[in-house]
Amino acid sequence: MSTMSTATEYAVAALIVLGALFVLLGSIGLARLPDFLTRLHGPTKATTLGVGALLLASAIFFSTRPDRGVSLHELAILFFLFITAPVTAHLLAKAALHRQAKARDGEQRTTADREKARSAPESPLG
Amino acid sequence: MLNVNTAVEIAFVLIGAALALNVYRLLRGPDTTDRILALDTLGINAIALLVLFGISTASTAYFEAALLLALLGFVGTVALCKFLLRGDIIE
Repeated sequence: MSTMSTATEYAVAALIVLGALFVLLGSIGLARLPDFLTRLHGPTKATTLGVGALLLASAIFFSTRPDRGVSLHELAILFFLFITAPVTAHLLAKAALHRQAKARDGEQRTTADREKARSAPESPLG
Repeated sequence: MLNVNTAVEIAFVLIGAALALNVYRLLRGPDTTDRILALDTLGINAIALLVLFGISTASTAYFEAALLLALLGFVGTVALCKFLLRGDIIE
């Protein structure tokens, strides 16, 4: 680490701590928010930003080491995560809404059935 | 003085706490979608841990593993969501 300049070291350390804080924040949101559609916000935004900061810190760290060139592997992971996070969130929200609608329909149908059964005259033959 | 080693130690603790919260949601999560979301977040946090481990050991050998984890996590989440939506994955 002594080969890095002080400014670079500060930047890398700050990005690492900031990224880890955002990752923790996303997971706190996942654990604490009241219902699924609000819980979706934590991991898809805060966690993605946190991992992005960590990957950026890693890219700076490995790019400023001696006897190595610029390190771009992290940027590939970063772009992949930033592209897939909204897709995942969209599909999860769609699945959750679908399940909620299905549960509501089922409830209505059973209530309607019960009312019909109650209002219909009982057949003597059962 | 904030140097990279201290920052990595702090970050390990923070991400460990984040993993514990994800496992809580994975075990508790009232609906299946909560569990899928918790699993996806666990995967992303595992990528963060791998990147941190790469920094702390100053080794570039972990990037491929992190990329693979990102790919598999995405495909897995999409497959699970498709299954919930359609009752089938490949129609």
